[in-house]
Amino acid sequence: MAVELDVFVGNTTIMDEEVYQLWLDGYTVNDAVKVRMVSEGMEEYEASAEVVMSDTMDQYRTFQMCERLLHNPTKLANQLLFQIPPHRQAMLIERYYTFDDVFVREVLGKKLSKGTKKDLDDVSSKTGITLKSCRRQFDNFKRVFKVVEELKGPLVENIRQNFILSDKLARDYAAIVFFANNRFETGKRKLQYLTFQDFAFCAGQLIKNWTVGAVGESVFLYVLDNMVEDMDVDLDKEFLQDLKELKILITDKDLLDQHKSLVCTALRGKTKVYTEMETNFKNLSRGLVNIAAKLTNTKDVRDFFIDLVEKFIEPCRSDRWASADMRLYLTHYTNSAHLLDTFKYQVVWDRYMGVIKSCIFKMYHD
Amino acid sequence: MPGKLKAKIVAGRHLPVMDRASDLTDAFVEVKFGNTTFKTDVYPKCLNPQWNSEWFKFEVDDEDLQDEPLQITVLDHDTYSANDAIGKVYIDIDPLLCSEAASVISGWFPIYDTIHGIRGEINVLVKVDLFNDLNRFRQSSCGVKFFCTTSIPLCYRAAMVHGFVEELVVNEDPEYQWIDRIRTPRASNEARQRLISLMSGELQRKIGLKVLEMGGNAVVGYLQCFDLEGESGIVVRAIGTACTLDKLSAGANANAYTHPNTAPASNACNSPSKDSKEPVFSEDPPTALGPLTPLRVLPSSSPPPFSSSKPCSRQSSSSDTDLSLTPKMGMGSGGSVGKEAGPLKMLLRQQTQTALEQREFPFFTLTCFPPGFLVHVGGVVSARSVKLLDRIHNPDEPETRDAWWEEIRQEIKSHAKALGCHAVVGYSESTSICEEVCILSAAGTAAILNPRYMREGCLDIGSGDHRFDEPSPPSCGFCHIPYDELNMPFPAQLTYCYQCRRQKVPDVLFTTIDLPTEAAVSGKGCLIQARLCRLKKKAQGEVNATSISNLLPFMEYELHTQLMNKLKLRSMNALFGLRIQISIGENMLLGLASATGVYLSALPTPGGIQIAGKASGDLSNEQHVLSIQKRINDAMAKNKEMYHINPPKLFALDPEVFHGINMELSEEAAGSPIPEPKQRSRLFRSQSESSDELSELDLSHGKKDAFVLEIDDTDAVEDIHSLLTDAPPPAGFYSCNTEVMPGVYNWTSGLQMFTSVRVLRLSNANLTNQSLNKIFTDMCENLLKSLYFKLRSMIPCCLCHVNFTVAVPEDELIQVAVTAVAMSFDKEPILEKLGDRAVFKGAGENEDQLQFPMELCAESASVAISNLTAKFTVSSSERCSPLPEGRSRSLRSTRSSGGGGGGTAVTVVKMTPLSFLPGTRLIKYLGIINMFFIRETTSLREEGGVSGFLHTFIAEVFAMVRAHVAALGGNAVVSYSMKECVFMENPNKNQAQCLINVSGDAVVFVRDTDQEATPTLIHTSCGGTDGPT
Repeated sequence: MAVELDVFVGNTTIMDEEVYQLWLDGYTVNDAVKVRMVSEGMEEYEASAEVVMSDTMDQYRTFQMCERLLHNPTKLANQLLFQIPPHRQAMLIERYYTFDDVFVREVLGKKLSKGTKKDLDDVSSKTGITLKSCRRQFDNFKRVFKVVEELKGPLVENIRQNFILSDKLARDYAAIVFFANNRFETGKRKLQYLTFQDFAFCAGQLIKNWTVGAVGESVFLYVLDNMVEDMDVDLDKEFLQDLKELKILITDKDLLDQHKSLVCTALRGKTKVYTEMETNFKNLSRGLVNIAAKLTNTKDVRDFFIDLVEKFIEPCRSDRWASADMRLYLTHYTNSAHLLDTFKYQVVWDRYMGVIKSCIFKMYHD
Repeated sequence: MPGKLKAKIVAGRHLPVMDRASDLTDAFVEVKFGNTTFKTDVYPKCLNPQWNSEWFKFEVDDEDLQDEPLQITVLDHDTYSANDAIGKVYIDIDPLLCSEAASVISGWFPIYDTIHGIRGEINVLVKVDLFNDLNRFRQSSCGVKFFCTTSIPLCYRAAMVHGFVEELVVNEDPEYQWIDRIRTPRASNEARQRLISLMSGELQRKIGLKVLEMGGNAVVGYLQCFDLEGESGIVVRAIGTACTLDKLSAGANANAYTHPNTAPASNACNSPSKDSKEPVFSEDPPTALGPLTPLRVLPSSSPPPFSSSKPCSRQSSSSDTDLSLTPKMGMGSGGSVGKEAGPLKMLLRQQTQTALEQREFPFFTLTCFPPGFLVHVGGVVSARSVKLLDRIHNPDEPETRDAWWEEIRQEIKSHAKALGCHAVVGYSESTSICEEVCILSAAGTAAILNPRYMREGCLDIGSGDHRFDEPSPPSCGFCHIPYDELNMPFPAQLTYCYQCRRQKVPDVLFTTIDLPTEAAVSGKGCLIQARLCRLKKKAQGEVNATSISNLLPFMEYELHTQLMNKLKLRSMNALFGLRIQISIGENMLLGLASATGVYLSALPTPGGIQIAGKASGDLSNEQHVLSIQKRINDAMAKNKEMYHINPPKLFALDPEVFHGINMELSEEAAGSPIPEPKQRSRLFRSQSESSDELSELDLSHGKKDAFVLEIDDTDAVEDIHSLLTDAPPPAGFYSCNTEVMPGVYNWTSGLQMFTSVRVLRLSNANLTNQSLNKIFTDMCENLLKSLYFKLRSMIPCCLCHVNFTVAVPEDELIQVAVTAVAMSFDKEPILEKLGDRAVFKGAGENEDQLQFPMELCAESASVAISNLTAKFTVSSSERCSPLPEGRSRSLRSTRSSGGGGGGTAVTVVKMTPLSFLPGTRLIKYLGIINMFFIRETTSLREEGGVSGFLHTFIAEVFAMVRAHVAALGGNAVVSYSMKECVFMENPNKNQAQCLINVSGDAVVFVRDTDQEATPTLIHTSCGGTDGPT
């Protein structure tokens, strides 16, 4: 005696959020049943394993049938097969595209290629996330990447419209796409302490300030006219070229000394690590300006974050700067440059340091 | 040339990729009606083509319009090879032929392929121009309205109920034609779908003709079924009740927002109180046809002297085969009764009598009646007959099948007569086929009806009836026996009615109808099922038929006993909506009886169930008996509490009798080892109460009538087992198979219709009847448990109209399919609820009153008033304009243009097997939905196995029903049912096939709270409340 067939179909598609999460997390039906049996509220319905099993199977089937639509969320709203209230549709999509920060840390900045996908079982065993879930998350990244790659216009908005995601999630995906496109190195041991949210914040800053689409309304229109693609995905080449001019800050001895004295005057008496700041000034300044000057090389763009850590964050940390010290230092460092009479690249300097400042603030953990 | 059909193909979307090279499709569309075909241009390389075609015009007879569906085929153009079909859409034109229904069909339809399922969607516009002289054509019956609903549809008034209409058509099954061997499964499936669509169109037209002949304009309770007889062909048959319906004017409509079933019918306290005024019918405004006065129930004086020689049980039934019996014909109307003689009330009765006897079959497929329609109910009548199928040689003369049904109906009629009744209500017919054997079944409830609805001009003498006011209060009248108490058709215990104390009532009442709205009920009802499996030897032909027909009476008896025991266990005394299904397989018979048990205040309190052991004083045995007795008593006490059964003590002679039943029983259980010292040698069943007990007709129902089950009897062990294994629904759940649960009124708008199918494979070859029974019972119980679990988020909730169907698709397979609706309700104390209702009612009245001042003083402009003005203009235009569709057409066209532009909103379409939607008003019936689909696969594993395959298919069927309703401009389907779900599989070949037939009424509803009376896109507004979260 065996149940050969067992289905339940509602006019309004029934979807249990808890089971959906288990499905998304890659649980097998049997494992999901085990989890559900011990979860709360089950005794109330005297639910036997059989009943829970039947329900779980039904739900899993429904999710599998829906998955095709979830790959193209705009279809979900006007498909006819499943009658799902709009707020449930939003929930389904949002959850489907939600990813684990631990997982994304592993693939952030990697090429979203078949090769990377093949390595997912390593990622799975390392993170404890099921392979199935890893694959879904990876495929989501890849799908979003592929769709927005061919689209013009602002990245976050494109993602939000094509995948009907919340603003937060759309921004996270923008970060992932941005990292994957520029292949930023995030996997080095020295970067391990950084969370995805740290990187996502930095990506947001870069997208907002350093890409073609970032340069104000007039440029934006100009870009549209010229049909420049990937305006949010690629860094502004002209800007990167201009960054080379900043080198004068470290190559011109006078300028460097002048800059140092301005900063030191401003900092004196305001921090406990004043001596360290004073001694390290030239080193740190050289580090930051060199990063700027090298960004025209794709290879150095990839190493952007590792450079920030090695050239700036680590020296500061070894001198035990507090976050507040760091802020103070960077603020004065940036502002003092404006007082240098012979330094003519104020606009580029602000555009560069604005991002560097906020990235370092975010990346500097006490 | 009575009609011009026009179709326009607007666009497609989500089409499948047909060209692997380009990942695109070169789609075009063929539009076919009858023998005429049009084509659109090819829209190259696009998955979302915009054809925007011209209007394709078909000039056709209205006869064809009724029979034929519009066929739309989407194809992929291929330059070098044959064009590939993507899929098809069949559109039933019928709703457009009735001026009151839909005026245009416009919307997105799923493109369906029998092998691949839904493959994208197509936007289509369809219109019909009918010429006015269509009534001269005798072969068509355009304009006759069809309703699946088995009550008078909510926005109509029954001017007259004409009676039974039936028709059947037969044809050869394309699947079994020789050509099937050389053509593809797709071609074969499509031939079948097309044929059945054609046959149901023809059937509907023929029924319509009969209705016109009778002078009616509508068929209510239309029940259409397919018999797939295999090699002997396909039979499509339908029954229904012909009526003359008047559309209620818009003003009255606003009053009629409450469905009879949602209004509290003088509940619990057996008060036929004023506040439960009957909504729909008593509030009729004067119409051109003259006032319909409130109906009165006829006094039931001396019943007609019936001398029934044939003994039949309360549930009168019989079975026969065509091998052994000659048809019992000639039971028709007896001699005419003197019409002119006697006092008026005799006259009325006789007129009813004659009015009904003039009809061949005084049957009514309705299950829910206008108040006063039903006078008395006798009990369930049923008949079954086993037939051997033979090839249908001449499809144009389906006489054999007609004769078979004729026979059965005659039998039903004679059973009803034996119960002293002149009519059968809640009538239905069904079949079960296995190989060449077929069981035909018919069942209904014998009843005496008020003649008023039956006669021409009946409305005029309405005032005369006031003389016969009372004596039986309407709330209990239907319980009173229609038959002669001295000459009872079966042994039963009669008592004086516990409510009026004037008339006799039986101790239990079984019916196939819904609980009458006026009935006084104590507590809540519950779903009661009796399940039974009987093994039978494999056999062929006549031997097989004989062995089946020999088994049938035993099965009926067993099922009946189970029902009776379970009813008693729940301390209830009446069953409504009884439906007994007997299904045949090669080596077994399955029986499933479902009904809703209630405690009718008019009927006596049911006695207990006693367990008797073997005569010998074996101690362990006695212990066993005691423990079982205790469990039964506990179960009864628990049930009473659970269903809130507190019978009114008003008429009880001795209140202690009422109070004491449980107590006494438990005392007995604790005290004396065997409750009745009297040695009862056998098991007493409901029917087998010894006849001498009949003389003891008194009101003191003590422990005397307690059921005795002797546990030495293996049957009884089984009975007890099944009694005690039925798990009650979990807290917060109720279930019933009627329209709504008696005792639950405050429904919310949260509802969820669902279909669940289970198939069980019996592995063990040598099963006994007993183990088989257990498997079957567990299967049904587990299915219910699963449903409760799934729907737990809707608590407090009631599963209404729970409809189980069983089948034996193959040798060792048992299939159970359930369709029901879960409706949540507010759990509030009754007092509060009544308060709310009063406030609500007040508001409703205000709204109505406002309409009149509005006409006079239009200057009083506020937001609310402007809303009302909008409504008023709508209703007035509907009332005055000769072409009411004018307005809705303009509405619809704006909507469709939105849809054509790839609009994202999908109309939410609610579906329910009930005839109403709580918290809403049905403002328009758009026509009947009757769809038949076949789905086949040759890649079963890839589609997720049998479950995946069927899951997808059922979801697709729902989607197609919703799409058709939305295209008609509707937002709900009421009286939805899945009539057929035939599933066949061949896992070894990786194949499966399934046929599904669904039907229902497409309607437009508005929420009670909404002012505007137009269908709207409710995508966002009602999505939140729909379904569980």
